[in-house]
Amino acid sequence: MENIITIRDLTVRFYTYEGVVHAIDGLNLDIRQGETLGIVGETGSGKTMTALAILRLIPYPGRIESGSIAFFDRDLHSEIELLKLSEDKMRSIRGNKISMVFQEPGAALNPVYTIGDQISEVFLLHQRRELGKRAKEQVDRSLRDGDGFAAGMKRPFWRWQRRLYDKIAQESNLFEPRFLSHVPFFRRLLWRLKDESNLLTVDMLKDVEIPDAARVAIHYPHELSGGMKQRAVIAMALACSPELLIADEPTTSLDVTIQAQMLELFRRIKVEKGASVLFITHNLGVASEVCDRVAVMYAGSLCEVASVEELFLNPSHPYTKALLDAVPMPGKQLQTIPGQLADPLNPPTGCRFHPRCPSAKPVCQQEKAKLKEINKDHMVACHLF
Amino acid sequence: MNTLMDIRKLKKHFPIVGGVLRRPVGAVKAVDGVSLTIKRGQWLGLVGESGCGKTTLAKTAVRLLKPTSGHIYFDVPDEVKAEIEKLESLGQNNSKLNSLLKENDLAKFSGNMVRLFRRRAQLVHQDPFTSLDPRMKIKNIVAEPLTVHHFLSGQARETAVEELLLTVGLSAGQLERYPHQFSGGQRQRIAIARALATKPDFIAFDEPTSALDVSVQAQILNLLKDLKSEFGLTYLYITHELLIAESVCDYIAVMYLGKVVEMAKPEEIFHKPLHPYSQSLVASTPVPDPNRRVGRIVLPGEVPSPANPPPGCTFHPRCSRASQECRELEPALELIGEDHYVACYHPL
Repeated sequence: MENIITIRDLTVRFYTYEGVVHAIDGLNLDIRQGETLGIVGETGSGKTMTALAILRLIPYPGRIESGSIAFFDRDLHSEIELLKLSEDKMRSIRGNKISMVFQEPGAALNPVYTIGDQISEVFLLHQRRELGKRAKEQVDRSLRDGDGFAAGMKRPFWRWQRRLYDKIAQESNLFEPRFLSHVPFFRRLLWRLKDESNLLTVDMLKDVEIPDAARVAIHYPHELSGGMKQRAVIAMALACSPELLIADEPTTSLDVTIQAQMLELFRRIKVEKGASVLFITHNLGVASEVCDRVAVMYAGSLCEVASVEELFLNPSHPYTKALLDAVPMPGKQLQTIPGQLADPLNPPTGCRFHPRCPSAKPVCQQEKAKLKEINKDHMVACHLF
Repeated sequence: MNTLMDIRKLKKHFPIVGGVLRRPVGAVKAVDGVSLTIKRGQWLGLVGESGCGKTTLAKTAVRLLKPTSGHIYFDVPDEVKAEIEKLESLGQNNSKLNSLLKENDLAKFSGNMVRLFRRRAQLVHQDPFTSLDPRMKIKNIVAEPLTVHHFLSGQARETAVEELLLTVGLSAGQLERYPHQFSGGQRQRIAIARALATKPDFIAFDEPTSALDVSVQAQILNLLKDLKSEFGLTYLYITHELLIAESVCDYIAVMYLGKVVEMAKPEEIFHKPLHPYSQSLVASTPVPDPNRRVGRIVLPGEVPSPANPPPGCTFHPRCSRASQECRELEPALELIGEDHYVACYHPL
């Protein structure tokens, strides 16, 4: 099975006034075709930064220092090195092949545009050519049949413009020259284009189980509830049938029952669209419900990667064990992890977890452990193994 | 006397004003007829989705909000409550009833009575990042209740503040710092220290760990457990995470749209829920254990607006067992089994 994303030795640093923040430190991670990979970890462990690094959206003082992220494109059937792509190429991948659902649905949507506008923007950007072709066919059909706008006396007038359009399109090799948009025919084409994308938008909203989708499409974000907004954001991310969907804590701000609806939706998407999902969460319960494999991160480095059953029934890394013990469960004494989260400005030497680790050895202070496969589908970065 | 706080038929409606004259055109029924008893030394968990009135109930219980109607008895002998009930059932608005209510019913308290009550009941807010004044030093934040309630002053106050910080696991060297110099867990500890300052009997917690990480959350929960046994406190603990409620609380009340729909011990709520809403809440809670996975029950739709709740049982539009009766009449909270109350016509 091919990996859809192969991350090797990824290092991300933030150059701030207080010093260099080691956000991600030598990360190796694979996302397989068609799986849901969960990344769990506490605040500041680098979960979101990993996702942003894949999309090359690391915010300003941060920089991707080294490493490689290879993306396997199913359509081209070849691997693309994302970190070496030009910004233009990258833009055609973002939202198209790899898309992201952000944490806060209220903040991810623009408050001054309607839901429909925002979703159709994705279509207009990434599928302009197909939409344009479809719009042209529609206009041609009207011209041929002589109905709609091209009815009656006006028909020759429109035909003349259609021929003019063909000439321009041949010469300039551009589908829709903007400066011509006050010529009636071109305006008509643009309208058709918007209509087509609106149709797709409503379909998309229906797909994420929004009742009365056509009405919701003309609503503004503040008119919708949190769960609805999150559905709209998911619809936007799914618009171009991405090969990889990155979901960054998509259920954190939602209620339990709405969260259950969302998890059900994610599971359905994975089955129906065959997309791979990178699911970032701090809630171990959610991770165990939706993911096939789970990666545990601590202070910018990977501790453990394993399949769900393996990780929750047989956790091996001391941090994973401690994290699972800290989850409140009935009939269990709550265990806490001693000490504080590692300071990202000057992280501990060697294994990042060793100051808090109950079974730390002298070697842990000096050397960083490499990922080792201790079981089938179970990789641990710890000197104990 | 075993009961510390007795809430009876408590209602808190927020008016919606409209029109040129700003007249009330409706009301958001945030808390709509809740009856709860909190026993001395109990850790009561209040569970529900956002918008169901948990926070309003807690704020009303410590009288940060004045209830629309209903009674709250805090540390009142049973005989007095019985007398008030008797006088009320006679239906006369007599002076004896009024004076009794003024002295005993928290909902009717005013002025100094409220201030005296607040020494004994405190609230810890949800978000430690906004509940602490960024321009005050920690020592002033923790000392503020002592000043406001004329509890201690001078040197005694300073030593008290130091002791408080030590009890919640911070060091005296951090007294001069400002809130932004602390992490989320430490800030929540400061908020807890502030709540403990006046040596209260009762503390209401409004989702104290929802902004914190799992490991920090465990630290805070353990701290709360220790404090409870050390000072003999009574807790009202609001949370939307059922796993927390199940693991730490002694008794759980499930709220839906301003009403308590089920009250029971945690084991019963989780293994034998009787109300369809609690059942689906339990079923939709993600558990980090692949073995303990119950079939998920996904509720259709969303919580209706509390400004315009559905008639009858408020849960009926999302309920799979709803009948004609549910659509018309509102079920009352009834005792089924030992310490298990349910408000449903068709309990599971």
